[in-house]
Amino acid sequence: MTDLDYQVIVGLEIHVQLCTKTKLFCGCALEFAAEPNSRVCPVCLGMPGVLPVMNRLAYEYSVLAALALNCQIAEFTKWDRKSYYYPDLPKNFQTSQYDLPLSYDGFIEIPLETGQSKRIRIIRCHLEEDAGKNLHTSGSHSQVDLNRTGTPLLEIVTEPDMNTAAEVKALAAELQRIVRYVGVSEADMQKGHMRFEPNINLAITKDGKAYRTPITEVKNLNSFRAVERSVEYEIQRQLDEFLEHGTTLEMGNKTTRGWDDDRQMTVLQREKEEAHDYRYFPEPDLLPVKMNETWLADIRSRMCELPLQKQQRFVQTYELSDYDAGVLTADRATAEFFDEAVKAGGSAKRVCNLLTQIGLKMANDKGVSLVDLGVSCEAVANLANMVDRGDVNASASTTIFEHMVTTGKAPAGLAEELNLVQKSDSSELEAIVKKILSDNAQAVEEAKSGSKKAKKAQGFLLGQVMQQTQGQANPRVVSQILGDLLRS
Amino acid sequence: MSEKIDEVQVRKVAKLSRLDLTDTEIKEFTGQLEAILEYVDKMNQLDTEGVEPMAHCLPISNCLREDTVTDSLGADAILANAPQRDGDFFKVPRILDDNSGA
Repeated sequence: MTDLDYQVIVGLEIHVQLCTKTKLFCGCALEFAAEPNSRVCPVCLGMPGVLPVMNRLAYEYSVLAALALNCQIAEFTKWDRKSYYYPDLPKNFQTSQYDLPLSYDGFIEIPLETGQSKRIRIIRCHLEEDAGKNLHTSGSHSQVDLNRTGTPLLEIVTEPDMNTAAEVKALAAELQRIVRYVGVSEADMQKGHMRFEPNINLAITKDGKAYRTPITEVKNLNSFRAVERSVEYEIQRQLDEFLEHGTTLEMGNKTTRGWDDDRQMTVLQREKEEAHDYRYFPEPDLLPVKMNETWLADIRSRMCELPLQKQQRFVQTYELSDYDAGVLTADRATAEFFDEAVKAGGSAKRVCNLLTQIGLKMANDKGVSLVDLGVSCEAVANLANMVDRGDVNASASTTIFEHMVTTGKAPAGLAEELNLVQKSDSSELEAIVKKILSDNAQAVEEAKSGSKKAKKAQGFLLGQVMQQTQGQANPRVVSQILGDLLRS
Repeated sequence: MSEKIDEVQVRKVAKLSRLDLTDTEIKEFTGQLEAILEYVDKMNQLDTEGVEPMAHCLPISNCLREDTVTDSLGADAILANAPQRDGDFFKVPRILDDNSGA
């Protein structure tokens, strides 16, 4: 019998598209799905003699993201040319950063399902340009659209600190949350704003001997699900290959595999043997950037409370469940809306319920964000208080919330208008309860008997009161009165 | 004088740069590159002890532009010099080994 154990080792290379208005080195507009080659100028076309000039905002966005990822910011950074021979980048090189990236040595805390978090180290973040698009549609030829050429990309490289597919997915989701919070990227996976390339291999112990499987880099992952599935697939594939052929790291180079979403598998990509011979050299057309304390302080001042901190604060301060806190902090505007509603006097738990169970559902149905429903945080706080005071019950609060969205009216007025206010006035309710008791002598007897039937009889009496008041009595107050009268 | 570069290296560099060179050209360029490298080698005679490596030949930095949109040229002007076009796309020989998408 063989004794087999293995550990999964995954590092990520991530490209995040920055949401500047213009490209990295020229003023061409960045626009998704614009007419082909309509956002191109001599600079991004790579014509001889043109001079690129760095987009200040792209650099500042990169620094802001790097700060959010706890990176050191370089005082001096420069750009380099990376040889590249595909027609979607007609200069024949990609302007990137090689030995002096703008930031390095950071980390990201990723939330795990246990409620704990895990720290994944970040080697570096640097700013580079994207290539255009090659489209393979017309037979023996390819079509090239250069609109995307020169789009600013932040490349983030992690240490191989992830050990499960779930951790890889968690990092992807957390990074998306972070770059959206700090406002440097729309981070829309479907638009290719975030591209994840996991590097995966296994450290295997078999019969007391240690082995490592060859590293594969997986490309073409366009959803979080694909990221997770591809890692799961590679783990099994590498394990199988090791067991069948004994293939180990020493036997070959790193290979690149593409994710085939239809077949849910990775496929070996054809690659020229010298493909990784990038021959970097310093970009003479771009000037270096020197960071100073004033500038860095200015960028730092644009930092906000980060999502995981917010989530943990919601759990600790407001005693929300980790799940609810996660739902509320999924996007910054929702989290801030919640915070404001609580500050406006709503109880955290009630506001949380109103938002997660009604508000977010409605927003989702309408295809808008919560803050675009047209409901103010004060109105939500007021509604939360009405429910907590017993003015309206939980099901009425749903109706009222819906009407707040459609009419823009205040919750108190709507409750009156829709006849949803609960009767909580003791003296008024006591009169009704007394009448019900005198009309139902048998049930009263059973309720007082202390027998098995007592509870059922009391429930019956409560039901009678609710019926009498057309459901508008506050059941908690009625129960109280009923209990008092039956004991007397 | 030791050889700075040989024909094998020149062929490799040519291949990496997607240049199809004849044997005569390979010989010619090997000689030229050899001369260039010898010349550059002279710099090794300089004492650079304690001199900070230079990242750029100009003593200026932070030349940045604001994120303001300027006019693009339009597809027709962009495609005017293209050997072949397919609608508003550049038309190029089919890319087999597609590891593009920097």
